[in-house]
Amino acid sequence: MAERKNAISREEVEHLAWLARLELTDDEKDLFTRQLNDIIDYFSSLEELDTEDAPSQLHVLELTDVFREDEPKPCLPREKILKMAPKIQEAYIKAPKMV
Amino acid sequence: MKLETLPALTLREKIRAQEITATDCVLAALERIKNIDGKVHAFLTLTREMALERAKEIDGKIRGGQPVGALAGLPIAIKDNICLDGVRTTCASHILENFTPPYTATVVDRVAREDGVVVGKTNMDEFAMGSSTETSYFGPTYNPWDLTRVPGGSSGGSGACVAAGETPLALGSDTGGSVRCPASFCGVVGVKPTYGLVSRYGLIAYANSLEQIGPMGRTVGDCALLLTVISGYDERDATSVNVEARNYLEYLINDISGVRIGMVQQLLGEGTHPAVEKNIHSSAEKLVSLGAKCETVSLPTLRYALPAYYLIAMAEASSNLARYDGLRYGYAAGEEGLMWHDAFSTTRQRGFGAEVRRRIILGTYALSAGYYDKFFLKAVKVANMVRLDFLKAFKTFDVLMAPAMPFPAFKIGERIQDPLALYMSDIATVPVNLAGIPAISVPSGFTDGLPIGLQFMAPPFREDLLLRVAYTFEQNTPHHAVNPPL
Repeated sequence: MAERKNAISREEVEHLAWLARLELTDDEKDLFTRQLNDIIDYFSSLEELDTEDAPSQLHVLELTDVFREDEPKPCLPREKILKMAPKIQEAYIKAPKMV
Repeated sequence: MKLETLPALTLREKIRAQEITATDCVLAALERIKNIDGKVHAFLTLTREMALERAKEIDGKIRGGQPVGALAGLPIAIKDNICLDGVRTTCASHILENFTPPYTATVVDRVAREDGVVVGKTNMDEFAMGSSTETSYFGPTYNPWDLTRVPGGSSGGSGACVAAGETPLALGSDTGGSVRCPASFCGVVGVKPTYGLVSRYGLIAYANSLEQIGPMGRTVGDCALLLTVISGYDERDATSVNVEARNYLEYLINDISGVRIGMVQQLLGEGTHPAVEKNIHSSAEKLVSLGAKCETVSLPTLRYALPAYYLIAMAEASSNLARYDGLRYGYAAGEEGLMWHDAFSTTRQRGFGAEVRRRIILGTYALSAGYYDKFFLKAVKVANMVRLDFLKAFKTFDVLMAPAMPFPAFKIGERIQDPLALYMSDIATVPVNLAGIPAISVPSGFTDGLPIGLQFMAPPFREDLLLRVAYTFEQNTPHHAVNPPL
């Protein structure tokens, strides 16, 4: 069998992981690169099908613009929300450094 | 009396007639779980105290002659990606290991309103990503028919718990076959409803445009009962469709004379286990003997359904799972002094399992500049073609049939190292999700002691027809009455 041209390189996998805010170990970078190439290769079989005239509706339902009346409704209590957060300070959720 | 093998509808009559109490029923379920769940591992969390308290309330209502709901104290298990206020909901992921949702899913509200009793939350593939329940952070569920095999996935805990007689009813969710696959592998019935029939409010999202919550039970009738309870319009789900509420028990009609059934050519053949192929043909003969008309039908675009499904599901997953950053809820790596991107990356690296990360990365790829048209948009167009192919076939046929799974349950560890091989097992289930149509898997036989599932598919909102055909098949075959040797 001829050597397959990789659809995606190890560097691209690293870049995608960075975009998705996922760290990968060195072993995972190798493994994922190999697996992702197999999978993308398989996905590429879609190219065989002519989709020129196919609709590109994103949803099976023909629903558009589902709105409700803009009336205030009760929301979840603050204590309940704060209780879920790993780090809080007074009534605030504590986030990591941004700058 | 052994309650564990009785259908929900029979148990309900016994409770209503006061032959047994709801408490008897719930205690029997809890006892069965205590005795065998060490082997099956269907449950991640039990809600014992809450369940017994609810059962007592319901018994009080019955004794007092007050009206009781459609589920009359029946025990039910809920897949662990469906939220229940105050009860840990993990999605079988480390990142939600200690997550307790602050609200309850609409389906669980409806179950409670009809006096169903939640006894626990069931194991699943992490974030419903898998077909074997092996990607669960808490370890796999074991198939009650053969404990060395997978129960299917992603609703493997729900399928196994019903098969093992731990509860008569369970809820699963089906994004690409996650109800039908475990139903097939565990020899129970599972329904994937029409997209929009059942509210997704409180279902932790994996791929929103594809998934529906569906009932699982040991009989078609039990699934009809639970579907009646959970379906209906919900303003809290923007994709909920406002159709008239129906009592699906009315469609348990043992008659399919004149029903036109198409056997889908593309879902048979290459990769299908010979016993499964033989089974579908004998099932077709059975249906013909019951008065149906059976013919083969070709839906050419179905060949491309699997890659299209995975591209869309992964793209939606990469966006949906961006919310898990360890800030507002869930696991946080918690190192002090890290910049935000490092803090998020560390949390997500440690919090998500390998398959979840693989799908997030692939989804990010399919949506990224330069690949969007080639992959995501292409997949969306293919999905539309699949839907149109189905709608065209339904002009000639009332329902379509195919195997639910191309093979019986495989060994634990057999496929998990090769993601693509595992994806391939969903070949016959994913087209239904792309098209948004309803489908059911019913037990249709065995091979080497392992169950085989037969899948029926119907036009949108024709669950009535789906249930009628499945019910007739079930009533005229013995497979559903066989219990696993546990």
